[in-house]
Amino acid sequence: MEEYSQKVMDHFMNPRNVGVIEDADAIGEVGNARCGDIMKMYLKIKDNVIEDVKFQTFGCGAAVATSSMVTELVKEKTLEEALKITNKTVAEALDGLPPIKMHCSNLAEEAIKSAIEDYKKKNEKKE
Amino acid sequence: MSEHTYYFDNSATTKVSKEVMDSMQPYLNEIYGNPSTIYSIGREAKKAIEIAREKVAKAINADSKEIFFTGSGTEADNWAIKGVAFANQYKGKHIITTNIEHHAVLHTCEYLEKFGFETTYVPVKENGIVDVNDIKDAIREDTILISVMFANNEIGTIQPIKEIGELAKEKNIYFHTDAVQAIGHIPIDVKELNIDLLSLSAHKFHGPKGVGALYVKNGVNIDNLLHGGGQEKRRRASTENTAGIVGLGTAIEIATQDIPKKAEYLKNLREKTINGLIENIPDIIVNGDREKRLPGNVNVCFKYIEGESILLHLDQYGICASSGSACTSGSLEPSHVLLAIGLPHEIAHGSLRLSFSEENTEEEIDYLLEKLPPIIKNLRNMSPLYNKSNCKN
Repeated sequence: MEEYSQKVMDHFMNPRNVGVIEDADAIGEVGNARCGDIMKMYLKIKDNVIEDVKFQTFGCGAAVATSSMVTELVKEKTLEEALKITNKTVAEALDGLPPIKMHCSNLAEEAIKSAIEDYKKKNEKKE
Repeated sequence: MSEHTYYFDNSATTKVSKEVMDSMQPYLNEIYGNPSTIYSIGREAKKAIEIAREKVAKAINADSKEIFFTGSGTEADNWAIKGVAFANQYKGKHIITTNIEHHAVLHTCEYLEKFGFETTYVPVKENGIVDVNDIKDAIREDTILISVMFANNEIGTIQPIKEIGELAKEKNIYFHTDAVQAIGHIPIDVKELNIDLLSLSAHKFHGPKGVGALYVKNGVNIDNLLHGGGQEKRRRASTENTAGIVGLGTAIEIATQDIPKKAEYLKNLREKTINGLIENIPDIIVNGDREKRLPGNVNVCFKYIEGESILLHLDQYGICASSGSACTSGSLEPSHVLLAIGLPHEIAHGSLRLSFSEENTEEEIDYLLEKLPPIIKNLRNMSPLYNKSNCKN
């Protein structure tokens, strides 16, 4: 099998920001158990900035590593900046992924987008 | 990286033994002659191949004229199924197999659909074993071949080969078995079991990769798969892989020497592992029949987590194992075998297979049982599927 980069292995073995934010301002969940990966992102947002982020992931090494990496990429960023993060950004930050694992980086991008969408919906209701 | 390697993936492949290597060596650079030639290093190579053929024949109680060397177990399966199908299509175009066969059988049957053949994939029961009555019910006027594996490569379940052999004989249908996982673990007598065709592969029992064999019972009507030179009594063209064939001969002779004793040793490792896992890890499922399984096969599912993640952690401790998760199969679907025994997709993704050889020790199992539970706990704590209110640890 194609090898994972050292960075992928580092984020897999020592994932950053694992867990749940109990009073999260936004939650995004993508993927499905049938396909073998689910990513759940919790965001704490203040003044349009992502103050804190945590994740839970059911999935392979690449799924865990991309989750971990994307949390680092979005932390302390504005929502607009976070929305600019693509699957490519995540994969590149991990020094690449084996081709068959690229869909895992899509999930990481989608998870953040889904969480921000959740936040926007909630805020619309408030207004 | 870990300094040791604890190898628990003997169903994937095995280490070539010292005896096998030593027996092969002369045929690489001393007696390297083409076995079809007339000079001495060619004649000697030919002689070595015939000795290996006798060893293979003896291991399964066949006649050496009924053994044909191939390039792999997959080739043997392809040859058996395509060869019988094409040679007997005037009699009928229906094949019966099961839904837990190796892809070498399943994809070959699928390919034959292009040529108008039909295949019935008989589903196995929840214990991973096919009911011979279900095979019987699938038989039609135009059935020409039944192909059922001896033992499953993932969950190790042993199929009712004797009963299927009797049924096939009674109905006058050819019976092929993929015995790739069974050789060396279960005594096999092709005559007693009424087997017409049997596939085997050297690298599953401490022989080299790239060499296998097909047993074709005398009188079976079968087409060739490879066309070319006149090797293997004009049945399988290709210059013989002399060293590989010699290695296969040595390996099968050793592997089938004292099967009950070896099986007892492996069974002890297996039971120690299964019991140890059940005791130390909640929410675990043992896949496949607990009794009718290969002596060295453990296959379990850990709920709420994914298999590749388990393998990557085990690798950090120098432990080699495998999984039936989608990520390890290179597709989005988990193992067809685990789905066939009724597991939901999300649970099938969390499978772990450990397959032992006689080189594994109890100390190695102790090490596994020490390292695995915290890995599972750690991955579950990360999983959104894991309901912490149900958490016992």
